[in-house]
Amino acid sequence: MHPAPSVIIFTVLSGAGFGYLAFLGLGLSLDTGFTAFWQFTLAFSMAVGGLISSTFHLGNPQRALLAFTQWRTSWLSREAWAAVATLLIAGFYAIGVIFFATRITSLGWLVAAMCIATVFVTSMIYAQMATVPRWNTVLTPIYFVAAALAAGAMLAGQGATAILLLLVLTLIQIACWLRGDRRFAERGHSIASATGLGTPGSIRLFEAPHSGSNYLLKEFGFQVARRHAVKLKVICIATLGMIPVLLIFLGGGIVSLILAFAFHLAGICVSRWLFFAEAEHVVQLYYGNAPAPLGT
Amino acid sequence: MTSLPQSTERKMGLVIDLDTCVGCHACVISCKGWNTENYGAPLSDTDAYGAEPSGSFLNRVHSFEIEPEDNSPAQIVHFPKSCLHCEDAPCVTVCPTGASYKRAEDGIVLVNEDACIGCGLCAWACPYGAREMDSAAGVMKKCTLCVDRIYNENLPEEDRVPACVRTCPAGARHFGDLGDRESAVSQLVTERGGFDLMPEMGTRPVNKYLPPRPKDRLNGAGPRSAPLASPSAGATDAQGFFAWLDRALEKI
Repeated sequence: MHPAPSVIIFTVLSGAGFGYLAFLGLGLSLDTGFTAFWQFTLAFSMAVGGLISSTFHLGNPQRALLAFTQWRTSWLSREAWAAVATLLIAGFYAIGVIFFATRITSLGWLVAAMCIATVFVTSMIYAQMATVPRWNTVLTPIYFVAAALAAGAMLAGQGATAILLLLVLTLIQIACWLRGDRRFAERGHSIASATGLGTPGSIRLFEAPHSGSNYLLKEFGFQVARRHAVKLKVICIATLGMIPVLLIFLGGGIVSLILAFAFHLAGICVSRWLFFAEAEHVVQLYYGNAPAPLGT
Repeated sequence: MTSLPQSTERKMGLVIDLDTCVGCHACVISCKGWNTENYGAPLSDTDAYGAEPSGSFLNRVHSFEIEPEDNSPAQIVHFPKSCLHCEDAPCVTVCPTGASYKRAEDGIVLVNEDACIGCGLCAWACPYGAREMDSAAGVMKKCTLCVDRIYNENLPEEDRVPACVRTCPAGARHFGDLGDRESAVSQLVTERGGFDLMPEMGTRPVNKYLPPRPKDRLNGAGPRSAPLASPSAGATDAQGFFAWLDRALEKI
């Protein structure tokens, strides 16, 4: 799948923003007054910035409000509702904390729960795609929620929790890659099932339907990642989990936390780039591009 | 509304005969011609006369080569592919705006382009590559089954079929109601063993494909490059006048 920068920024920033908001909802490291104002500003601007970024890949963003209408069937529509509802309720919660130095505990818990729910709904936009076997697993929502919570814990300055969540995220990330590599073959999709002709070894593309490129090849035929996948995965694991864990573990206060978060943000961007770039869409079978069989 | 209808009154669709298709791409061109100037935004091209031409099409013809395992000669199969108007269309339910819908009366899957935000999610959800985003209009384009032809009383009756069906010079494309067991297309599917593409996706396509018939073989399961009949062989088997002539000439 084509790794569109707007969608990578969207999932990374809004994930981290909602993760941070969840920790603020739980009241962890939450101050009042002016400090709280800046804490909420950071959380809101990441969440909202991500959502705005997601509209940049639309062909007709001026009609984006219509995306609120189909929540009965569409995860993308549910995502729009979940994000707006969470931000509204978190806004009321923030007003209480900032201006009245009152933290309404039950409202805070609701904010935390809705933040996690929003990240879950975002992840289901990808996890629902039966056409992309690598995404179509229960690991996808787990990975998105774990990434959001790990980023949130770091921003909230919860050292021990952050270390724990970063280690869990690292393991989930490795599990996603190992399982993802097997998904396509497990599901039994092949050029033979795609065409209904022959057997997998006996049929091949003789001539493509067009000599130039098209939307399908640009959107679903992204091949660059596979060449550097191993190197990128090593970089990803180091920056996403290992270096931040080490920095937080060694201590050093706010500076090491900021540094750790910067490394983590870079790592999660690489991770999300791989998430899209490595994902194989079944339509590629019609173009003779099957993913490499297992063990190669 | 992006909820799928429980059932549709009719299941209009195509039956594509992979045995008959000659791979001429006439259906591709007639489809582009009709649909670029009728339903919805035109099917745009980018860099049409440049180094990297690209464009939106609703129908594409792939060609595959099958090598049978019993060593008989390889077979080329031309494979036209457009929207299959699935009964469980995953492209419809993912649409956040309600632009994509499946009609309850005839099962045709359409895009209301005035409501399409161009998010591309429906194209992601389609296993068949039947939807292409138009780069100029920023809306999703797909086969409409020529909804503006098939019910169009301003056209002569023989033209009230999809443009691809009307134009196919080989008669490889058939249009009709696949929900009606008595229809010509349903009977064709039964007789020829019509099949679904990627049945494991559970999309229940309405369009069916008819398998290519086995290729004629010269020597059954003989060597791949079966020797052709030797040029002189005919004379010895001659019958009637030529046999007499053959014998007579032999005696001279």
